[in-house]
Amino acid sequence: MNEQNTILFEDVSKFYGEVLGVNRVNLSLPPGVTSLVGPNGSGKTTLMNLMTGLIKPTQGRISVRGIAPDDPEELFRHVGYCTQFDSFPKGVTGYGFINQFLRLRGLGKTQAHQLTLEALERTGMTGAAHRRVAGYSKGMRQRIRLAQAIAHHPTVLVLDEPLNGLDPMARAESIALFEALGKQGLHVIISSHVLHEVDKISDQVVLMSYGYVIAEGQIQGVRSEVKEHPMQILVRCAEPSLLASRLFSQDHVVEAKLNLDGRGVLVRTRDAEQFYLLLNRIVVEERIDLQAVAPADDDVNSVYQYLIGGGGGGTV
Amino acid sequence: MSALNYSRAAASSGSWELWLAQLWTILRIELKKAIWMRRSVWIYLIAFGPAVVIGLHALNSPMGRYCTISEDTNILAVIFQLFYLRVGIFFGCMGLFTWLFRGDVMEKSLHYYFLSPVRREVLAIGKFLAGWLGSSIIFGSGVLLSFTLMYGHFGPAGSNFVFHGPGLGHLAAYLGVTVLACLGYGSVFLALSLVVKNPILPGAVVLLWETFHAVLPPLLQRFSVIFYLKQLCPVSVAPTGVIALFSVVAEPVAAWVAVAGLIVLSVAILACACLRIRRTEISYLAD
Repeated sequence: MNEQNTILFEDVSKFYGEVLGVNRVNLSLPPGVTSLVGPNGSGKTTLMNLMTGLIKPTQGRISVRGIAPDDPEELFRHVGYCTQFDSFPKGVTGYGFINQFLRLRGLGKTQAHQLTLEALERTGMTGAAHRRVAGYSKGMRQRIRLAQAIAHHPTVLVLDEPLNGLDPMARAESIALFEALGKQGLHVIISSHVLHEVDKISDQVVLMSYGYVIAEGQIQGVRSEVKEHPMQILVRCAEPSLLASRLFSQDHVVEAKLNLDGRGVLVRTRDAEQFYLLLNRIVVEERIDLQAVAPADDDVNSVYQYLIGGGGGGTV
Repeated sequence: MSALNYSRAAASSGSWELWLAQLWTILRIELKKAIWMRRSVWIYLIAFGPAVVIGLHALNSPMGRYCTISEDTNILAVIFQLFYLRVGIFFGCMGLFTWLFRGDVMEKSLHYYFLSPVRREVLAIGKFLAGWLGSSIIFGSGVLLSFTLMYGHFGPAGSNFVFHGPGLGHLAAYLGVTVLACLGYGSVFLALSLVVKNPILPGAVVLLWETFHAVLPPLLQRFSVIFYLKQLCPVSVAPTGVIALFSVVAEPVAAWVAVAGLIVLSVAILACACLRIRRTEISYLAD
């Protein structure tokens, strides 16, 4: 893949003294929305801080669209980073906060003003722009940091827990914004604990645990690699008992469970491809009225639980 | 033109233009913080404390009733050399310059600078210039007020001394030395703040070095800020008793050499600070 269009980590390790941050990370992230998923302390923030040069790798090489993170002058023309630090310069207003860092980019007064207004509008903060940030709610502080990160139209947007503190409406708006930016060809790197929300918009995921990348890629691809947990596929049809009996005769089908409403079967199989071929054959042979077929556990939450474990419930 | 394209164009049209614009922005942000922050009150107190004392002296001796211009000129020289240079400006710069970066670290906002397309060296120089300008304004005002009060109470005689005698020359020299002192001590404390978290102990070491530099070999004396400053003072302090330690210059150099020497020393220290900040990482948890 072209280095100018990817974020590359080559054998990157970071140690804080004797404490491991991340170890031997090799990643190649294409444009689109990438979710970093893992429990606290798994190395998500370390990875983000490394790619933005806030910390230096102990070893290895990082390249963000062909730019080294130790060249801030070049890097941050392309990169916006909304960190997890909930802190601001003293006494600053929302407008002043965004505007002063746009001026720092060498932008003129008028242009910085226009971009500030645009960023405030995109994040729904126009009304509170001239109030001091110290008086903002947590959700507003989160949004104003997001506005600051996107104000200069970055091509790489790094977001560390961007949904924290947001109310449901603001969450939905933020997710829609990230999705739209991803579709425009930007690199949008998101770490989040709210798995079911990032799952909807992620083009690829990076699963992390204890400083190691344990899986990466498109979520369906990652799921299919988890061989020790058979795939779950829900089949909605008119004659689930018949279908279940036919499926059971196959080696790769380890379980077929009838739905309580009597309108479907939940199948667990070791070989999804074989299963789909078999299903086609059975449906044709038995003339079964098939209504829907959908994987039931190829989302981030399931993959996370299979690979890392955890309490589930959609959040980590 | 999008912001991104604009920044690219600004960068390609010549980095100097961009760096100057960035320096100006940093200067505006930081100067406001340096001069108006609440924790700077004590710096104002030490900068204007001597003026209060001189003001009381002026009230006590209207029209120079109990003193002469010559006596007061010597008193002002002692106040400037022993208080301003060795205590006021030293500790004022220590408080102001160490807070330029430490303040941002303490309020966890330094990363906003680090996440901007600004060279770290430009950031360090911008912050330094803000500190230098701020401290020069504060201490320059204190010295100017002290000088005005010291000669103002002599009436026409004082006015004659200032405008038709050596007075204006003395004032220019005091202000010049004040600005140079802020430059020298500012660079030292800015560099220290990037190396150590708590500047108290290294500050004490610098204070000892500056105080007792006169007993060091001539070559080592040149690595002291006060070595250059005291040679530029317009009025010598009589080297009597312990004061000799603070006023005698064993191997004096020409004024231009002293100015150039101090600037070279400060630039060298600032260059070290720039090298240091390139390696600085954000780890607020450790602070």
